[in-house]
Amino acid sequence: MELCDLSAEQIASLVHKREVSAREVLEATLNRVSLVDGRPGQLGIEETTPDDEKYVHAFISLTAERARVQADEVDRRLAGGEDPGPLAGVPFTVKDIFVVRGTPSTAGSRILANFVAPYTATPVERMEQAGGIMLGKVNLDEFTYGSSNESSAFIPTPRNPWNPAYVPGGSSGGSTAAVAAGEGALSLGTDTAGSIRQPAAFCGVVGMKPTYGRVSRYGLIAFGSSLDCPGPVARTVKDATLMLSVIAGRDPHDQTSVTVPVPDYASRLEAGVKGLRIGLSPDYFRITFVDPHTGELIERPIDPEVLAATRRAADVLASLGAEIIEDVPMPHTHYGIPAYFVISRVEAASNLHRYDGVKYGYRTPEYVTDLRDLYRKTRGQGFGLQPKLRILMGMYVSAAQYSEQYYVRALRVRSLIRRDFETIFDPSGAYRLDALLTPTTPTTAFTMQEVYGDSVLMQYADELTVPANHAGVPGISLPAGLDRKGLPIGIQFLGADYAEATLLQIGFAYEQATLGEDWRKRKPQVVERLAV
Amino acid sequence: MNASYEPVIGLEIHAELLTASKMFCACPVLDVTEAEPNRAVCPVCAGMPGVLPVINQKAVEYALRVALALNCEIFETSIFARKNYFYPDLPKGYQISQYEFPLARNGYLPVITSAGEKIVRIRRVHLEEDTGKLTHVEDNGIAYSLVDLNRAGIPLLEIVTEPDLHSPDEVRAYAEGLRSVLRYLGVNSGDMQKGVLRIEPNISVRKLGDEKLGTRTEVKNLNSFRALERAAAYEIERQIALLESGGEVRQQTVGWDDVKQVTFTQRYKETEDDYRYFPEPDLPPLVVEKSWIEEIRRSLPELPYPRWKRLQQMYGLGSQEAAVLVAERAVADFFEDTVKLAPEVPARQVAIWISGSLFGLLNLSGKSIETTRITPELFAGLLRQVETGQINQNTAKTVLAEMFETGRSATEIVTDRGLTQISDETAIARLVSQVLDENPAQVQEYLNGKTGLQNWLFGQVMRLTAGQANPSLVRQELNRQLKVLSTTR
Repeated sequence: MELCDLSAEQIASLVHKREVSAREVLEATLNRVSLVDGRPGQLGIEETTPDDEKYVHAFISLTAERARVQADEVDRRLAGGEDPGPLAGVPFTVKDIFVVRGTPSTAGSRILANFVAPYTATPVERMEQAGGIMLGKVNLDEFTYGSSNESSAFIPTPRNPWNPAYVPGGSSGGSTAAVAAGEGALSLGTDTAGSIRQPAAFCGVVGMKPTYGRVSRYGLIAFGSSLDCPGPVARTVKDATLMLSVIAGRDPHDQTSVTVPVPDYASRLEAGVKGLRIGLSPDYFRITFVDPHTGELIERPIDPEVLAATRRAADVLASLGAEIIEDVPMPHTHYGIPAYFVISRVEAASNLHRYDGVKYGYRTPEYVTDLRDLYRKTRGQGFGLQPKLRILMGMYVSAAQYSEQYYVRALRVRSLIRRDFETIFDPSGAYRLDALLTPTTPTTAFTMQEVYGDSVLMQYADELTVPANHAGVPGISLPAGLDRKGLPIGIQFLGADYAEATLLQIGFAYEQATLGEDWRKRKPQVVERLAV
Repeated sequence: MNASYEPVIGLEIHAELLTASKMFCACPVLDVTEAEPNRAVCPVCAGMPGVLPVINQKAVEYALRVALALNCEIFETSIFARKNYFYPDLPKGYQISQYEFPLARNGYLPVITSAGEKIVRIRRVHLEEDTGKLTHVEDNGIAYSLVDLNRAGIPLLEIVTEPDLHSPDEVRAYAEGLRSVLRYLGVNSGDMQKGVLRIEPNISVRKLGDEKLGTRTEVKNLNSFRALERAAAYEIERQIALLESGGEVRQQTVGWDDVKQVTFTQRYKETEDDYRYFPEPDLPPLVVEKSWIEEIRRSLPELPYPRWKRLQQMYGLGSQEAAVLVAERAVADFFEDTVKLAPEVPARQVAIWISGSLFGLLNLSGKSIETTRITPELFAGLLRQVETGQINQNTAKTVLAEMFETGRSATEIVTDRGLTQISDETAIARLVSQVLDENPAQVQEYLNGKTGLQNWLFGQVMRLTAGQANPSLVRQELNRQLKVLSTTR
């Protein structure tokens, strides 16, 4: 096993004991990047080559020199008897939706391609202060608008390390692909409708969306501000725990970050699941969507292999002493996507207003006749298809004459979804659940270009993850096997507000109980190929 | 004005709050008319990607002070909203404001107009952020604009009245009354020239007896009370003339041209602008604790209106006399301090001296009562000398002028310059007879019935003493000697 395949916890421990240096870990990881990543995503590439199809392409900017300086600093501090922190020497990547001082912060968009941030996002700053080493910024859907990573303006876009013909999911697909391929033990992602959990499921890694407000959004380039959550991507539950402990907590720069104390997540990790009440809901075993041609509501069962993995997980937990509660009603689940369509787009359209070519970022090089022309050309050329679609819809549904019909109604639906969760987690209610176990996604990864272009269908990849964003509650996606195509399957645990510790505890128990299973021995194709 | 029409006017006032830092970031609040452009700018107020606003508690406190002073109903929970529009002076492309749930509503402000007291209802008071400033440049045929973000994000309070005002005079009285309140509270300098206080009247006219409001126009860029009053008067006349000639008022924003003294169309607003307001997701609801509201309520100073009432009652001042004093808190303080220090001087005398001679000196020098060297102690000393007859009114004015320049006390000035009033009756009798002797022709004319010459003779005596003679003694003695002359004739 190479250094870059070690868990963050193992790396930090070895570095602390000075058995390996942070620099050695970094170089091993950079070497892995050079072997599996291929050329980074960049502007101006129209077509990918057949050669591109073999690589992961997680990165937009690899900041190797910056990382070397930081790794050497960690080693120097250790040599001087100092403790650089719990992430000492752990290489990590950052979804390029976070700003990091002095590095390009592109949001995967042409409009910010030349933007170098003057400040650093709080969660990144906390990871660096804990001794973590940022390798670089990884690719994503443009402004996080997507579930496959194909909407990035930076091409080649990331591919699934388990099979590069498939998408890594999104929008944190660069993050999950990098972690799966050994390009950094951790990655900082964001989740607005499932953007951490869905690609984590597709790439066979652990991804957590914390409670809204648990992790600061300062420095996160906003999509749907009331839904966006930064969170950890890792290969193990323990690593996700370690990372969450570092990034969680009140930030004076973010008034929506909460003052609720951060518990010692690690202390409960090994407490087991005996006596915990874990629910299963039939409303999470099907998806409902609108037929784009007829407008009819169509109901489909989820992929049987995904459902089977979920049921297997329930059996494993039951065998560990958890109480499984069947038939938990979550009646508003299928309204999640339509409500999300409205709320997120209203917020997104407004959040995109600032990209006007006046202060920073892309400005049209063409002659402009007046201010309006400057706006039109700059935004017309700077934004890709997804931002444009979202601006159009966001402007439409927030217009004074439609706002009541769409936006205000979507907010009411949101409250109903929230009530679903409050009901099942109510400690004196009928269900008294500690967690709800669901599939993370209706299917495993789809192939490149299979769904892209159908923005409605694409969104339904998030149907099982988006309710947690509406409700603000935490969720975690864990690898739970491989399908017959060899693609990872993800299961999800959802909890009450600030129940991250419980979710991690359940996840850890499940992970430990299934360590011996065959699928756990399999490695992503791009990594396996290296051994040959 | 055509008496068959009634003007209906409401005001929208934007007041910057004099906090140390901006509404949502730590940048200092500078005098934007003087600071070098873009000196107080950070990623937050420049609208960089990823930034978030943090509410300035001091601004909330100031806003509460104003809302309480305006007798508003305070909402313990109010909500910030985004007002979305594109303009280069608005870095985020939206202004963080309040919409459906403002900080305060349903208040009122009593104001003093020339026709008497009037209650003006306040519809709402809410917090928002100011925009930056654009400067349009034309350079060798190339036009471009410069953006200065020093002002972007300065806390701004919007105060909206009900359409309760019906004349330019009332508009001015309300605006001045509100400015006075803001200054009493120490939350705004009231400097309209610098743009920290911006007043926009919404004006319509209707036939007397009509229920329905006429179409309104909104007047912008008024940088003085005089401009406000004149623009309102102009706009009322314009609308009436338009209606009388069979025309229709179009809803629009008009500007005021201070040189030509006319309004001009800036923008027609046939439909309401759609700012696509929605709750600001980056900020939690603004919650103000009841106890905090009460604490602020208790700490409010006595406000201009109650003070105006009290000064009349307590010191026997006339309505106008009191109004002049209470307009500025520092002036009213100066008045009351002086009265306390010189209890033997009638309060009305103090008031008259302040609004007459002292204001004259302040106006000439451009100083304010806070920056002059004259303290209530010095002023009381001067008035006491007048009261006890040590110096007369004219001498006192000279002494005051010197006091204003040097900050020296009346006693020092009077002694140094030998200005003590001549009250010695023998000396005055001698001076009067000297003047009568030296002006036989005038005396003769007086005796022939041109009695008005008595004042001229009085002036001669005063001139002879360089104004230091006690005027009432002079008048008395002059009377006596002239009477003697007329009877001995």
